[in-house]
Amino acid sequence: MKNDFSDLKLDRVTRRFAGAGGHAFAALNELTLTVKRGEFICLLGPSGCGKSTALNCIAGLMQLSGGSIWLDDQRIDTLPPEKRGFGMVFQNYALFPHMTVAKNIGFGLKMRGVGSADIGSRVAHALKLVQLTGQEHKLPGQLSGGQQQRVAIARAIVIEPPLILMDEPLSNLDAKLRIETRAEIRRIHRELGRATIYVTHDQDEALSLADRIVVMKDGVVQQIGTPPEVYSQPANLHVARFMGYRNVLELGVEREEGDRVILDSAGMGLVGTRKQPLKGARAAVAIRPEEIYVGEGQGGLNTISATVDNVEYSGRDSLLDVVTSSGTVLHVRGPVTIKLGDAVRVHVPVDRALVYPLD
Amino acid sequence: MTTSNDSAPRAAFDPALLLVVPAAAFMLLVFVYPFLNGLVDSFQPKEGGWLSNYAHFFTTDNLWPTIWTTLKLALPATLINVGFALPIAYKMRVKSRYQRWVTTILVVPITLGTVLIAEGMLTYFGPRGWLAQFLQFFHIYNGSIRLTHNYTGVLISLVISGFPFAFLLILSYITGIDPVLARAASTLGADPKSQFRHIYLPLLAPGLAMCFCLAFVQAFSVFPSAVLLGSPAGPTRVISIAAYEAAFEQYDYSLASAIAMIMGFVQLIIVAAVLGLRNVFYRGPVSGGKG
Repeated sequence: MKNDFSDLKLDRVTRRFAGAGGHAFAALNELTLTVKRGEFICLLGPSGCGKSTALNCIAGLMQLSGGSIWLDDQRIDTLPPEKRGFGMVFQNYALFPHMTVAKNIGFGLKMRGVGSADIGSRVAHALKLVQLTGQEHKLPGQLSGGQQQRVAIARAIVIEPPLILMDEPLSNLDAKLRIETRAEIRRIHRELGRATIYVTHDQDEALSLADRIVVMKDGVVQQIGTPPEVYSQPANLHVARFMGYRNVLELGVEREEGDRVILDSAGMGLVGTRKQPLKGARAAVAIRPEEIYVGEGQGGLNTISATVDNVEYSGRDSLLDVVTSSGTVLHVRGPVTIKLGDAVRVHVPVDRALVYPLD
Repeated sequence: MTTSNDSAPRAAFDPALLLVVPAAAFMLLVFVYPFLNGLVDSFQPKEGGWLSNYAHFFTTDNLWPTIWTTLKLALPATLINVGFALPIAYKMRVKSRYQRWVTTILVVPITLGTVLIAEGMLTYFGPRGWLAQFLQFFHIYNGSIRLTHNYTGVLISLVISGFPFAFLLILSYITGIDPVLARAASTLGADPKSQFRHIYLPLLAPGLAMCFCLAFVQAFSVFPSAVLLGSPAGPTRVISIAAYEAAFEQYDYSLASAIAMIMGFVQLIIVAAVLGLRNVFYRGPVSGGKG
């Protein structure tokens, strides 16, 4: 077991399961990724995309069907979990119900044969880090969900693992606690500087925590990038949909000029930016609601007349559903002064209308 | 505001409580009354003072040793049953192709009555049974084989009939323990042996104690197999046989009641001791957080 490393390499890591009718399907298909020391990686995707499978493969709780995992020059995918020494935080906390908070946190140290005096001081330090000092003699059942999750985090980090794995650690917490604990995880990561792989289906969590995001779908990596890259330049239509591009319009392609695409000049007449090579005469345009603006575009470009069909007040602004003359519904963020039934002009910047081939 | 709202409202009669009546009546008629009847009866001996039945039991050479005879059968049988059921149930905790088959085979004897088991054992383990014939035919063992009509026969039959019971009970306790706890322990460096010792065993301890008590009580009241497979006059003269003889051979119901009371008291002591030990261990939910 190493306490530090410079690279964790996943090389075409694959995991197949027996599916219906004896057909094996790949829950995880050739995941290749290099995690640098101290890096915070989020595996992001809808349920069933293979992100938890990936985490379990790294932890050693699941055997690989193909590929290999390397910690620098040491191959580790053949080692059992107890020989890898990665700290893992589980979705349902998985605290040992019969052990006190202190015993839970000290368990990994005890398994490593650390002396009891040393265990005491390191547990105290970990408790301080997760701000649970004074709770060490309680049983997990006497703690709130948020406290239990912090015990789980303390238990994983006290062994000073080279890598920390987190499997949707916040999904059982309520909204307020989730944001607090998220900040806590970020702070702990900054203080310890340990590489972390974090699985989530929540794009906000991934954007706020990660140094790099790995977006997955059906066991296949869709995009690997920094949060701003994934947020504003989705690699494909799936990533765009997942990252909140709620307007996806299927339109005819008129012509392409460089990476500019002129679409459906007969109908709404949109100019967009191509993100992937197009195929066929039709394409999909993906636009975020907050990147459609109420008002005229420059020189009337990409400006559409529409009627407000639905208004959802959300405080700072409203989420509007507007219907164009051709009957297309657009989701738009607009000022709270706009009312149901108003006639509006909306526009979208050319570089924020992203054009992808249809899937 | 009315005054009636200030005082605590009197709980209205809940008609659902009536559902308790049949069971309570049944317990009263079929358990409590006969038990108290027997208890009173045991203090009304045919002759002598009110304690003379008990005095008789503890001074008669073919009565008081039956306590030890029964304990010497029931305790090892219980230990064997619980001791073997635990590792097998632990192995069977994960769903596998074999799990259902192994479980079925192990559980079948529970459907057989003690008399049927005794019959089968007499044909199989007897001096001229299949086992003896097989061993002698292949010259594996040529000495005489005495596995029935003695202590061993009764012990084997107690294991055959008691094991499935202990196994099923422990299996249900083990499968109730969230397997993610063992996975969490493994990521913290616990090998399978440590996972069993530090996670499964402490969480199972209360269940094991309970299982031990139930299996022990069952074994302690051994009667048919002690008669059919043992030597009821000698080494397997268990306490229930003594009670039977008092009641149905000497027609001394009062003495029989006293023996039954002593039998119950011995069981109570063992059960209380084991359950008392149970309090030492953690008792509570066996999952590691929110589902």
